[in-house]
Amino acid sequence: MLLLLRDLGGIAILFIMPILLLIVITLVQDSTFKTISDIKIPVLLVDNDKGEVSKNIIENLSDSNSFEILQKSSEEEAKEAVFSGKYQLAIVIPENLSTSLQKKVDQNVEGILSKFGLEEDSLNVAKEVIPQKEVRLYFDPATQVSFKSSVKNGIEKMISKIETQSIYKAFQTELGDEDEKPIFDTENFIAFKEILPTKNNEEIIPNSAQHNVPAWTLFAIFFIIVPLSINLVKEKNQGTFVRLRTNPVSYATVLSGKTIVYLGVCLIQFTLMLLVGIYLFPAIGLPGVDVSGKLTMLYIVALFSGLAAIGLGLLMGTIAKTQEQAAPFGATSVVILAALGGVWVPVFVMPKFMQLVSKISPMNWGLEAFYDVFLRNVGFAKILPEISLLLLFFLVTIIIAIIYNKRENAV
Amino acid sequence: MIEINQLSKKYKGAEDFSVKDLNLKVEDGEIYGLLGPNGAGKTTLISMLTSLLKPTSGSFTINGLNFKENKNQLKQLIGIVPQEYALYPTLTAFENLQYFGSMYGIKGEILKKSINKHLEVMGLSKFAHKKTDTFSGGMKRRVNLIAGILHEPKVLFLDEPTVGVDVQSKNVIIDYLKLLNKQGTTIVYTSHHLNEAEFFCTHVAIIDRGKIIIKGIPSELIKNQTGANNLEDVFLAQTGNALRDYA
Repeated sequence: MLLLLRDLGGIAILFIMPILLLIVITLVQDSTFKTISDIKIPVLLVDNDKGEVSKNIIENLSDSNSFEILQKSSEEEAKEAVFSGKYQLAIVIPENLSTSLQKKVDQNVEGILSKFGLEEDSLNVAKEVIPQKEVRLYFDPATQVSFKSSVKNGIEKMISKIETQSIYKAFQTELGDEDEKPIFDTENFIAFKEILPTKNNEEIIPNSAQHNVPAWTLFAIFFIIVPLSINLVKEKNQGTFVRLRTNPVSYATVLSGKTIVYLGVCLIQFTLMLLVGIYLFPAIGLPGVDVSGKLTMLYIVALFSGLAAIGLGLLMGTIAKTQEQAAPFGATSVVILAALGGVWVPVFVMPKFMQLVSKISPMNWGLEAFYDVFLRNVGFAKILPEISLLLLFFLVTIIIAIIYNKRENAV
Repeated sequence: MIEINQLSKKYKGAEDFSVKDLNLKVEDGEIYGLLGPNGAGKTTLISMLTSLLKPTSGSFTINGLNFKENKNQLKQLIGIVPQEYALYPTLTAFENLQYFGSMYGIKGEILKKSINKHLEVMGLSKFAHKKTDTFSGGMKRRVNLIAGILHEPKVLFLDEPTVGVDVQSKNVIIDYLKLLNKQGTTIVYTSHHLNEAEFFCTHVAIIDRGKIIIKGIPSELIKNQTGANNLEDVFLAQTGNALRDYA
């Protein structure tokens, strides 16, 4: 404990850096959780159609509030701007898209009606071949796949809706209804409603803070591995470990002492990060973290996550011989465990094999337990399997550390 | 009494034994010096006797106890002063001693009094609450010694306790060790300082290449070695003049 207190700079880094990380990540990710974004992505649009369809596309894109439409006159110019990374996306609407779509729809509608005997003349008329039109999308090569997919899906949905509306309109015209009022409802019949978990009959709406606070708090808790393993290696190098080995205390007792001290550090770290989530986030315009009625459960998860992290740190410190081994190995292990655990990329989007691997990451157990408490509003019984795994991980790592130390230093 | 029987140690990957079939008896109340050139096996021997290294073969007992059966009892019985400064540099001398003393079950006022007494004898009272990273080599050596004797061990092992210190510190350390010996502590120590060993030790053993080549009372060893005027002459006559560099 005294050793930690003497290194005030080290303690400050241990507590401040994770808080900074949490704030930065939450600020960065906050917009992805907002339904109405503050940020509009500039999109280049080349309108070679200048018709009803392109007008519709532009209107829909503008209404989405996600994009700022910047019209360009040539496809080449737009392509160059996007491929050089100045813009994320360019949409090129082909020439005569509106007229071709109208022709195609009319042709299809007439074909259908003729089958019902409503358009006898058209049966014998040879069909004009209307070539398929393509809306071209240019993406900055550095654009993430997820962004590409969501933009593609959005545009596809938009065009599909325009096509449907054209079809309905064509039917209306063919049926001789001159009334301006549409006879077909073009709105989707099937709607989707997201049912959120509730607490006291109030819906728990997930926000960036509720995702980030547990994820990055867990990341910070696991980073204890680095100073802890270095601490053990330092003791070996500066000779104090010799004394500890020749004292009439067991290695298990030495490790217990370190566990208690570092567990205290983890819980202080957790408290600070919660306080940041509760009080600082709302003050800087981020959604706050709601911990009402969850505090005990949250501390239970933090305690067991801390134990798992400490177990791993003690094992690494026991095995490592130099600080050069302990520090990079500890840091990269945390990053790997975080990646496997779903701190950065959700586990469900990982390949099947990685999903299986993630099941053996203690960070995954911790994260799931935190999400269970924070977002799924479950009871203690539900987190029991996860905290049991964390405890088991701690015990296994400690036992391996003790056995390894005994094997290396047995007399 | 320390009884060593056929004790050997060969490190992993090493071609030769560092200690080979070594037999030695150290009687209670002796100050036994283990002398030898670099790489002779002195530190390896002392490390085995203090449970820091596992012997490859052979056995030893200290006051009839061995580490396999009486580990904690034996650890309480012995004291160790390692060659390196085994101290936490960011803690004060007092804090270091408090921590190491508590490991032997000494607590509260008894521990404080003991620490203060030792610090006073070693001339370190006014530096008790200073961090040890600000200490000179001699001061660190003295704190290092106190850390090994706080629990009043029956047998004290010292590995080069006066290496790299000034004469004043060396004298304080040696005088204090003599006092401890008078009070009943058996001392086993390694050193390169042959003059120091000659006057300090009741018995010495010269070790070379893992084996004891000669042992006895220093004055007798000098007397029995033709042309020797001091222990250094005996040492050179027994170990030769060749350099003993090793890596």
